[in-house]
Amino acid sequence: MNTIPLTHILFVSTALFFIGMYGLFTRRNIITMLMSIELILNSVNINFIAFNKYLHPANLDGVFFTIFIIAIAAAEAAVAIAIIINLYRNHKSIDIEDAAEMKY
Amino acid sequence: MNAIILSAILGVIMMFSGIWVNNKATLRWIALAGLLVLLISNIAEMYGYRIWNVNVHNMLYFDRFGLLFNSVAIGSTFIFVALSGSDINRVGKYAAEYYTLIFFVLTGITIISVYTSLLMLFLGIEIMSIPLYILTGSDKRNLKSNEASLKYFLMGAFSTGLMLMGITLIYGATGSFSIEVLNNPAIAQGVSFLEITGMLFLLVSMAFKVSAAPFHFWTPDVYDGAPGVFTSFMATVVKAAAFIAFVKLFDARMSYSSAVVDWKMLLCILIIATLLIGNITAVFQQSVKRMLAYSSIAQAGFMLFAVFSMNEMAKEGIIFYAVSYSLATIGVFAVLLKMKDFTFEGYNGLAKSQPVLAFANTVFLLSLAGIPLTAGFFAKYFMLASVIQTGHYLWMVIVAVLFAAVSVYYYFRVIQAMYFKTGEGETENIHPGFKTGLIILTVIIILLGVAPNLIINFLYF
Repeated sequence: MNTIPLTHILFVSTALFFIGMYGLFTRRNIITMLMSIELILNSVNINFIAFNKYLHPANLDGVFFTIFIIAIAAAEAAVAIAIIINLYRNHKSIDIEDAAEMKY
Repeated sequence: MNAIILSAILGVIMMFSGIWVNNKATLRWIALAGLLVLLISNIAEMYGYRIWNVNVHNMLYFDRFGLLFNSVAIGSTFIFVALSGSDINRVGKYAAEYYTLIFFVLTGITIISVYTSLLMLFLGIEIMSIPLYILTGSDKRNLKSNEASLKYFLMGAFSTGLMLMGITLIYGATGSFSIEVLNNPAIAQGVSFLEITGMLFLLVSMAFKVSAAPFHFWTPDVYDGAPGVFTSFMATVVKAAAFIAFVKLFDARMSYSSAVVDWKMLLCILIIATLLIGNITAVFQQSVKRMLAYSSIAQAGFMLFAVFSMNEMAKEGIIFYAVSYSLATIGVFAVLLKMKDFTFEGYNGLAKSQPVLAFANTVFLLSLAGIPLTAGFFAKYFMLASVIQTGHYLWMVIVAVLFAAVSVYYYFRVIQAMYFKTGEGETENIHPGFKTGLIILTVIIILLGVAPNLIINFLYF
């Protein structure tokens, strides 16, 4: 059976990373921006697993790092959702353009 | 190890004491007692007494540098809570939770000052930042506070993403997370393109965390919008901790890969841009709180010199800079929080109405500007001397001194308003204990300005 080469997996993860970054910069909906951040973190997860499996299979460092990232991402999402709900209560909107109290 | 475990336990204790204790003043005393215990346990570890012996698999290394910074961070937090505790209690109903989150931030700080594995760097930075997002938004009814916490979260999560991308690339190139392997030229021979890219990602993400110039946009808004007390904490202890992580990360790493990338030039651009934007924009501010936010960017430019020069003197200097900058800024913010009006006009005539506050504030501002006989002078001196020791980019020293002169302008505007302008200088009710605290802080700053070795000697004994 032919295995999938490493570069293919890296293409996927890099594409995800830049899709996430594009979403973070262009979207105006805060929930979508949060999803973009999750995309960035998950692209990193794929990267870690791929590097671990293909380049350094002797130990499982990369896999363990992935578990830590998933846990931290969950904690971050919990805090982010709380912030967004709080913002929604005050602004009645989750558009980032409406959150413009401070000007230079 | 003492401080890491104990601060997490104390955070949980603090959380439960919020259920049983209803009096906010008592909660503050509990927090102060907890911080004192934490400080003593950390100093005990510096002398070799460990409460817990945990096998950390070389992911953490408890050297004198990291432990001394832990003591500095915990000590500054102690002074911060002692001076501004009543202001923390005024932010909202949930005083116990605010102290809890401060303890959790300290857990993160104590991890990132002793890490040797990039995994621990990531965990420490996240443990430090997530409670800060909550503290920034803790003034729930205030729109500015909500917006600040949202901006802080987005920028923090984005820079964490960049950092993780950098770590994966370094992992792919070297197969290890240990910064020692990466720092060792014998093992990491033949620097690969992958690793350089990873290090560039890490450089950018750390520049975000310490708010260096092209990546500083979030700082003024977040510092302005957050409740003043937590701005004081963010701008001092947390920022200094991010710098310690930065210094440890790039310690000696740059020397062996310098054939491929000119790290010194990159950092030089960062430093000059940070000094320029921080100082010039601070001149035009009307609110003292916002001016302090920009001045913290400018001070970050000075602290970046430690990352640039990377020698023994820089390591001594960054610790000393952390002490002097943290103490002075905590003092300035403590006075600012007692003012009714946060603009420069609000300070008019403060010397008449509150002479002690005005005098202490003057000393803190002089220390921030780097006038001799205050701690800030030696802090800047160590930074610039370390650059001269490296012998590269000496013109940067002259530029830095010029920008320090610019910074004198906006710090002295406050002093001028306090002493030479007529006005009410309205403040909240000042407790006599607060004045005593300010005087003690003033004495510490002047003492360190005369004898900086009091701190630095702890690095070697």
